[in-house]
Amino acid sequence: MDLQILWFCLIAVLWSGYFLLEGFDFGVGMLLPFLPKDERERGTMFETIGPVWDGNEVWLVIAGGATFAAFPAWYGTMFSGFYIALLLVLFFLIIRVVSFEWREKSESPGWRTVWMWANSVGSFGASLVWGVGLSNLLYGVPIDSSGDFSGTFWDLFTGYTVLGGVTIVLLFAFHGSTFLTLRTTGDLCERAAAAARRLAVVAALAVAGFLSWTVAVAVDRNDKDVVPPVLPAALGIAAVALAMLFVFGRRSGWAFVMTALATVLWVAALFTSLYPRVMVSSSDFANSLSVDNASSAHYTLAVMSVVAAIFLPLVLLYQGWTYHVFRARVGGDELQPQLAAPPTAGSG
Amino acid sequence: MTVASTVVDLARAQFATTSIYHFLFVPLTLGLGPLVATMQTIWHRTGNETWLRLTRFFGTLLLINVAIGVATGLVQEFEFGMNWSVYSRFVGNVFGAPLAVEGLAAFALESTFLGLWIFGWNRLSPRLHLATIWIVVVGSWLSAYFILVANSWMQHPVGYKLVDGEAQLTSVWALLSNEFALRAYLHTILAGLIFGSILVLGVSCWHFLRGHEVDLFRNAAKLALIVAVPVTLLQLVVGNRFGEAVTSAQSMKIAASEAQWNTCEPCPFSLFQIGGFSKDDETPSFSITVPRLLSYMATGSFGGEVQGLNQLQAQEQSKYGPGNYMPNVRVIYWSMRVMAFAGVLMFLIAALGAWLYWKKKLERARWFQWTALVAIALPFIAATAGWILTEMGRQPWIVQGLLKTSEANSPSVSTTWLGISLGFFITLYVVLGVVDFVLMRRYARPDRPAPQEELPAPAVSY
Repeated sequence: MDLQILWFCLIAVLWSGYFLLEGFDFGVGMLLPFLPKDERERGTMFETIGPVWDGNEVWLVIAGGATFAAFPAWYGTMFSGFYIALLLVLFFLIIRVVSFEWREKSESPGWRTVWMWANSVGSFGASLVWGVGLSNLLYGVPIDSSGDFSGTFWDLFTGYTVLGGVTIVLLFAFHGSTFLTLRTTGDLCERAAAAARRLAVVAALAVAGFLSWTVAVAVDRNDKDVVPPVLPAALGIAAVALAMLFVFGRRSGWAFVMTALATVLWVAALFTSLYPRVMVSSSDFANSLSVDNASSAHYTLAVMSVVAAIFLPLVLLYQGWTYHVFRARVGGDELQPQLAAPPTAGSG
Repeated sequence: MTVASTVVDLARAQFATTSIYHFLFVPLTLGLGPLVATMQTIWHRTGNETWLRLTRFFGTLLLINVAIGVATGLVQEFEFGMNWSVYSRFVGNVFGAPLAVEGLAAFALESTFLGLWIFGWNRLSPRLHLATIWIVVVGSWLSAYFILVANSWMQHPVGYKLVDGEAQLTSVWALLSNEFALRAYLHTILAGLIFGSILVLGVSCWHFLRGHEVDLFRNAAKLALIVAVPVTLLQLVVGNRFGEAVTSAQSMKIAASEAQWNTCEPCPFSLFQIGGFSKDDETPSFSITVPRLLSYMATGSFGGEVQGLNQLQAQEQSKYGPGNYMPNVRVIYWSMRVMAFAGVLMFLIAALGAWLYWKKKLERARWFQWTALVAIALPFIAATAGWILTEMGRQPWIVQGLLKTSEANSPSVSTTWLGISLGFFITLYVVLGVVDFVLMRRYARPDRPAPQEELPAPAVSY
């Protein structure tokens, strides 16, 4: 198999992994101000993702590094072109990253509320910008003949790309709510299920609308035939529709599987529509970056393939084991985690 | 000043700000991690609850810092593409690989097992739980290695060829075994251990000062001293030998760090000087020097020749064309001195502390306790100076001999947005820094009101 194609697929896989995993912890974050009725329940919600969010975010770091190594021209143009958007992502991710540990360490209720909001706003903002940003790769931005972005920040906002952002926000919130129905107990679990039912319909509509539009954009603006993009798009719509049915049928396990699948298929539909381009130029189609003109040389790709073949399964293995360790539902009568409590050396 | 140079200056200022800031938290993780892991190991082996309490106490300080280290690390990865797109395209084949491997092989390990350590106290067996903190340490140490492989390639490019104006990797082994990288790695790991041990020593002394939990913190101070004395001493040797690698790869950096305008043989080492930092003023008006020491530091022999700035400038011009190939001599000279003097000072403090401990006077020597508390700042100062020396000493190059900084920035990012983003990072980082400091202080302070908490049952060794 051509290594350039392999790495295009791997980067799609890394983004899928990132969206699938961080998707639900972003979703939990977005629901923080709405679901819990007291501080204890907020703590429970934090605890459902506490042990795993950092490992989930690793997939973004790997996707970024892999893009840099395998497609330097793509990395250079995308990151410098989406400058403001990425600045916003960094802001949202940073306030979110610190909120987990610092909320735990803050003693005043005021500061705990501040960090709760930091987490929530960070989750919402990062999801929105990722959705808008990735849909722009396909919709196209102005790129000049030397491969540099030549537009402005506002060029990133079109009907299609904004719908992409909104869809990701709704899908992640939905994904987060199905996750919570599996990880919590009692009252909170009931409210998570109710939220899932409320989100299911809008998320399904948004996904259906966005993925159909994606096929049209692929044909229209990226010179694609209908057939390859329509497959993942149709599967994605089917997955989110099934998720809706399972939510109303109170089959929470299957509902979570389907929101996970829908998230992955959202990315798959976008990348299938994109190939062989990696970033479409809207100013002159010939300036588009493609798998061919943006990739690293064969040797680098070969080395990276060996590394990925060894470490990707390993990462999956130990992250899978982490989910196994923390499979028990949180809340109810269960003890709070130990290190979450203040340190003991201060006690006399 | 032209627009182009303003853009580059702003991009440099931003990268310098964010990386220096990031590196205030990274070495603390590198060094405090193994210390906390050692404390937990001792608890696991002996069942002595003292060590569990120390594990939890310093573990909390570790976690507060890891959070900000992770958050600011993401900025670093994005910034290459955001601000230096020409650089990214030029080096991606070579430089991107270690960054990607860092994520996949190191950062993933560190992040995942950190989650397991934080939340696994009651869910994992004590032995498995102990393993998770050691795996976090392994992850962070591996991470440092790959990042330094990438950085060292900018200082001393190896294992590549130039094809159509971009660098392509030809030997991954040459890249990974770059002598510059191996030396930089050793230097950085030792720096991390110094950060960790000086922090533990300083915080323990703070508790002695207040007469709080003296018995508990005596153990921490002892562990800190056992680590601090050898590593601060070893760092002086390693740092010194690192100079040799720099001399062969970046003669200009060494000449600038000594403000050595003309080739000398043998060369004295300047401890302090007034003036002598510019082309119009090559001879300092006052200086204190040690005969032959520079020759030894730069070449390994007391009679070795060290090339001067003027001679190197002429060589570079004939090689690369007209232009200024000298870094800012004054900044490089002083950053080298600040780093080296701070290094020596930390060794003296560690040695003095060990002597006091041995004489059983550590808990009464208030003057030393104050010194050790204030000395917590020293590793931060030394590391910042060290990175200024490394990165500004490479100028005007972004990749030594291959690509100039002035030609490597993102053409699509305007001065306005750069100004805004620089302001944005400074504001955000100041706020994060203040919160981090407040939290660290609160959790490290001796007069903290006692929280009630149940300890997990002491481990049974098996």
